[in-house]
Order: sequence, then structure tokens, then C-alpha cells
Amino acid sequence: MSGEFDALIVGAGGAGLYAALEASDAARQAAGGRPPRTAVLSKLLPMRSHTGAAQGGIGAALGNVEEDRPEWHAFDTVKGGDYLVDQGAAALLAEDAVRAVYDLEHRGLAFSRTDSGRIDQRRFGGHTRNFGEAPVKRSCYAADRTGHQILQTLYQQCIKNGVEFFDEWSVVDVILEGRRCGGVVALQLATGELHVFRARAVLFATGGFGRMFRVTSNAHANTGDGPAVLARRGVPLQDMEFYQFHPTGIRGLGILITEAVRGEGGILRNRQGERFMERYAPTLRDLAPRDMIARAIVSEIKSGNGMRGDGAIDDWVLLETAHLGRDVLEKKLPDITGFSRTYLGVDPVQAPIPVQPTAHYAMGGIPTDMDGRVVADAAGGTYEGLYAAGECACVSVHGANRLGTNSLVDLVVFGRRAGRHMARYVEGAGPAPAASEPEGQIRSTVERLRDGARGANAAALRSEMESTMMEGVGIFRNEQDLARAEQRMGELRGRWHEVRARDTSWRFNTELVGLLELRNLLDLSLLTAAAARRRTESRGAHARDDFPRRDDTRWLQHSLAWLHDGAVAFDSRPVDISTWAPKPRVY
Amino acid sequence: MKIILRITRSEGDGVSRDADYALEVDPTASILDALLRVKDEQDGTLSFRRSCGHGVCGSDAMRIAGVERLACKTLVRDVAAAENAVVTVAPLAHLPVQRDLMVDQGRFFERYRSVSPFLVARAPAGPAETEQTPKERAAFDDATSCILCASCWSACPVLDQDAAYLGPAALVSAARFVFDSRDAGLPPRRAVLDDPHGAWGCENHFTCTRVCPREIKVTKNINALKRALKP
Repeated sequence: MSGEFDALIVGAGGAGLYAALEASDAARQAAGGRPPRTAVLSKLLPMRSHTGAAQGGIGAALGNVEEDRPEWHAFDTVKGGDYLVDQGAAALLAEDAVRAVYDLEHRGLAFSRTDSGRIDQRRFGGHTRNFGEAPVKRSCYAADRTGHQILQTLYQQCIKNGVEFFDEWSVVDVILEGRRCGGVVALQLATGELHVFRARAVLFATGGFGRMFRVTSNAHANTGDGPAVLARRGVPLQDMEFYQFHPTGIRGLGILITEAVRGEGGILRNRQGERFMERYAPTLRDLAPRDMIARAIVSEIKSGNGMRGDGAIDDWVLLETAHLGRDVLEKKLPDITGFSRTYLGVDPVQAPIPVQPTAHYAMGGIPTDMDGRVVADAAGGTYEGLYAAGECACVSVHGANRLGTNSLVDLVVFGRRAGRHMARYVEGAGPAPAASEPEGQIRSTVERLRDGARGANAAALRSEMESTMMEGVGIFRNEQDLARAEQRMGELRGRWHEVRARDTSWRFNTELVGLLELRNLLDLSLLTAAAARRRTESRGAHARDDFPRRDDTRWLQHSLAWLHDGAVAFDSRPVDISTWAPKPRVY
Repeated sequence: MKIILRITRSEGDGVSRDADYALEVDPTASILDALLRVKDEQDGTLSFRRSCGHGVCGSDAMRIAGVERLACKTLVRDVAAAENAVVTVAPLAHLPVQRDLMVDQGRFFERYRSVSPFLVARAPAGPAETEQTPKERAAFDDATSCILCASCWSACPVLDQDAAYLGPAALVSAARFVFDSRDAGLPPRRAVLDDPHGAWGCENHFTCTRVCPREIKVTKNINALKRALKP
């Protein structure tokens, strides 16, 4: 099968589905003319995407519970991102968040409610009243299943709009003719066949790539397919050095324990029983931004204040919850209460949850403008017919560190804008450029992977990548570790070419898909390590032991990284600081 | 501890065989961890779906020790009592096997789509949210948890007899909207629900309720639909 589409969306999480809804709404409104043919390609079955795992909420200054303003939300986003956020984009995010939450509600999302029937809101890290005075209740939520509700609601609306889906297709290459996108090449899981999807416009919404790291909250599917495929075709990736560790993953497993636990009043304590965040962030304490809390936990652990007290990196601290009471835990936080019971045998109603930081979210990714168009160069030139949105994209509204709840806001605000722009674009665009045999290159790769020869052990390769990234490109970084990690990724990328699938069948060959995903992770690991090594300052989630201070003179700029064969080339883009001048970041 | 995974394997051609894989695992590891290790270390051809790894995406429902469960949410110690315990792992029932533990969920999702599982707004939306009291919100809360993993579909004895039955998950999804105060409720869905293969197909076996990994009171939701359908 080889399809011709107007708008093709890769990824069926929140950003992709919202874009599909916008594009299909536009199609229904297209009076007279031929409605644009829109389709969504996903490597998973319906509603398995990782948006569904988001727990705590979606931030919007509705002011339902206490006074709030979009301007405060925008400022918090900028400060939370350590001033690497583009301020015009942050203002747009905060203003449009209000409309987006109402829109989701109108589409059926079952938010938790206040006694007066409004959408209920709760506190989240880094979200404050009046430019940092005190925490504010801004996170709109549906218990601790907000992402699940968003994913379901958007998919349900896509059913209503008759959106066409191609399930279990993995994108493996993109068709680029100069700066014009003409579609993608995808591998069908059921048959092992490669197909060309020609399209006038393509939106990448493939999500994150936390699987680079040993301990992560991310799904197995989060392998960065979109950014990696584009990087191999010469598209730059932006701010790859900024990777967020969420402070509270379940000890040893990395499963997320939402920040909403602290939003509802949960407290982090070290082995002395001390509420240590009081020392690191006296005003916001346990509701400081994630990068600061993750660093505080690691500092406590390193100084022997972890629960085991041996200073080893796999030590942990405790998240105290019992004082919240059974009602709050079981009604407002039912899933995380269940996770703790299932995986740790710990009942948060009675005992604290052992937690440690877990690799969680990529602030960096495919650079885009505010309409989702992919940026091609340092001057801000864009590709034609190529879009990105959601975690795989970098607008940038998260800068050097994302605030909790802003990932869901990003999905719905920029997924929608990209879908809308794409629908307009395809009306005037000519047919997709017809590259000859665009699947040729990937076909030879796939044929080699399943030629039945004995090859390098992929599991060992994956494991080395995960440990190298965890140890060398984690929460605290330095030149020596980063140089070693960068070199190691070079070697592992070389060894990947010797890997073979033991499974040589065509049908449902999940091992083959896994090898292609591993290649994506290795490419993104290299870009992340190299970008982290280049940035000789500390900002947001990027903390260098050897350069502990933020350096606005040299580094108040976005990085752009190109993958050139074995090497990484860099350039930079200015940051929009048009509203708030950078200040020291204290909480 | 040492366990033996006895996995029902097949190429989707109707012929299946059991294959044993012995491995040393931590009792607190999940069955998904064990399956991933078998795939990495022993047999790359072993085929199964997985994604989130902690029970919220619904990819890895299968029959473990004879019962429908999510592999990522089932710990080894839940199903292996002693050293050298044999743990059987088989694909979900009532759906065609594609390969090993992967089943074709097309039919399952088709039934889901047939109940119009989206909000049919009772009234046009205003500029802000449509109000809903906590009590109204609570009326359908249980049904919102469904992750469409198809465990209930596999476990339901009605589907042994009546292949046209809507199945528990589709009915729960219908209930999610029928009992939402913002939704037009039964009228847009009556034709599909008020049918011998619809809500009336349920015979109250409660197997769906027992296996649901989200602990949804599935049968209770279906009975609420039946009561609403009665004139």
C-alpha cells in the first residue's frame, strides 16, 4: 500500500490527536472544495500512547479556586525554564491554556470538580501567585489520570470526526527534497513491509525519548523516532542538553509518582526525617521546580542523607503521604496509591513512599515556530510542509526546565496550532515532491538487520547506552564524564551496524522494530551528550559541576545540533527575552 | 527465585505449542520484566506487546496462570508460590492470535466504536466550562478508568456463545457517557444497547469485574445500563 495524503500526522498521543482534530474540523468546514485527506500513523494500537500516563494535571489560569492570571503563568514558565524560554511563546501558551482547558471540557473531558461545579484546581511545582509570592492552585486535573482522560477524549473526538488511522506503523524515514517535505517511509508491524506515505504536509508528534536512560518514567515506546529520523536527514535538533529528571520516581523502577502528591501536601524527607527542601528553596519548598528538587535529592544522597546513607547513587529519600489521609490518597491520587501498593508493597495511607529521581522529559527536540513549522537554520528559516508538536518538538516554551503540567498544555496548545496551520497550508500547496525510491536506503538497512547472520548483542548495546547516559549525562554533569559518554556513544553507534535480529520473520517482528528504535536512541544519546558537553554553564536541568553558574553573557541562547555522520555540528539561536529580563532564579 | 514460564506460542496459523523458559528472577519483578528477559536472553522471536510498563496503557493484557492480567502489573510472587514454579502465559481469548501473545484487537475496538464513545453534548457549550457537581461527576467516575486492555473481553463467558455480543468494555464505555450529566445519554445509543447482543447480553457472570486490572465494577455498570433502558 502506498498512500497519498494531504496532511499526515505521525504519532497518536495528545499533540498528534489534537492536530488531527483541527485538520479534520477544517476538512468538514471546507465548503465545496475537496476536503483534505488526513491520516494518523501510530506505532501503537489506539490509546496506548504515553500521553495516557500523565498524571497530575494541566495548568491554566482559570482562577476557579483562587485568583490567577495568564501573565503569572507565563512568568512562572519563563523563570521555571531558567530564562531559556521564548517569552512570546510562553505568553501564548499561558493565554491559550485557558481556552484549551475549556475546549477539552466541552469535548467531554471529565475533570474533577469544585463544590460549585467548576473545574477543580490544585498546586504544582513552580506555579505561583503574583510572580513568585506563594504557590497557586493552577493545575486542572482529573484525579491523577489527567493524561489518560486527555488521550481518551481526543481519540473519542477523532472517532466522531471520522479521522483515518494507521495503527502499528513505525516511521523509519522522512522524504525531504531540499526544504520541502514530501511524506514518510513507514514499516508495518503486521507484515514487515515498508511503505511510502506521500503527503503535502507531515506533522511529527512522536513524543519523548526517556528510554536513553536506565531509570525512566517513560514507556518502552518512547524512543524518539521522529527527532532521530529527521536528524539523520539533516534537520537540526534544539536544546538537546536539557533533559528533565523528575524528582519522584518509585525507587528502583522509575515509575512516576506525580508532583500532585506534593501539590496536595506531601513532603520529602531524608534519613534524619528532615524536610530538606526548606534549605534549598525556602519559599516554595517541596513545590520548587523539578530540576531543583532532583538536584537536592541527589545532594542529600551524596552527603549520606539518603535512607541507606551510603552515598551511593541508587540510594533514595522518602515522600511522606500518610498525613494527607485515606480520602485524599484514594480519591485524588488513586493511581499512584495503587502503584505504591502494587510495586513496593507500601501503602501510602500508612507509610512513606521511597523515591528517587527518574528520567522524565526532553525539553529539547525538533525546533519549531509557534505554528509548529520546523526550523531549518540559525536564522529561523523553516521547512515547507514539515511540522512538529508535543514532547518531540521544541518551541521553546520549556527552556532549560519544564514546569509540571506544562507538557499537557504544550500538547493541546501547539498540537492544535500546528494542525490548524497545516490544514491551511495544504489548501495552497502543490503535490508532494516525488522522490524516486525513497524507501531504498531504509530497505537495505532492514534487509541487513534480518539477513539471519549472527550479530552483536543488541541487549548489551542497549544496556551500555542506558548506563552511560544515566551515569555520564544525568543530573550532575562534568567535562570528563560527558567526553567519555560522547565517545562511548560514537562506539555504540558503530557497533549497532553489526547488530542482527535473531527473528527473521516478516510478520509481527517486534525485535526488528526494537533494533530500529535502538538506533534512534543511540543517535539522540550522542546529540544529548555532545550538546551537554558544549554548554559550559549550569542552567535549569543542565547542571555542570565544573561550571556551576548560569552564564547569560555566553550562553543565553538555544543550541542547534546537526548529526553529520559520526560528528555533531553546532550553531545557536537567540532567545526571546522581550518581556522579562533574566534574573537570578531563587524560590 | 527460579521460575519456568510456559508460554503458549503460535505463528497465528491456528497451531499452537507450549514452550518452557527457565529463568532466575526477583520475586518482586513483573511478568513483563520476565518476558522481556526471555526475549533479550533466550529467544528473540517471542512476540508480545508492551508500552508503559506500569499498568496504564493496556498493551500487555494476557492470560497469566489462567487469568486475564496485565503482565506489567503482575509480580512474579503473585503467581509463583515456590521455587521452580511453572507460570503459564497465554494470549487473550475470543480474539484471533496474530503471533504468540499478540492478538488482533480489531473486533474489540470495533465494538467500542459502535457505542458512540464520545460526548454528545446535551446543550451547546458556553464560553467557560459546562458545570457539573462533584456528585454528577462521581456518577460515572468508575467507568472513566477503562484502558481498553480487553481483559474483560477475554474473560467473558457470554462471548463463548454469542460472538456478536458487544462485550463488557464497550458497555462500560457507553455507561461512561450515558451517566455523564453533560451528555444526551441513552437516546443516541439506545439502538445498539437495547438489543439482545447489547446490554441484555450480559448474564451477570462477574468474571469481567474479577479480572479488570483497573478494578472497574464492570457488571455493576452494565446493570445500571439495563435499569436505564427499562421503560
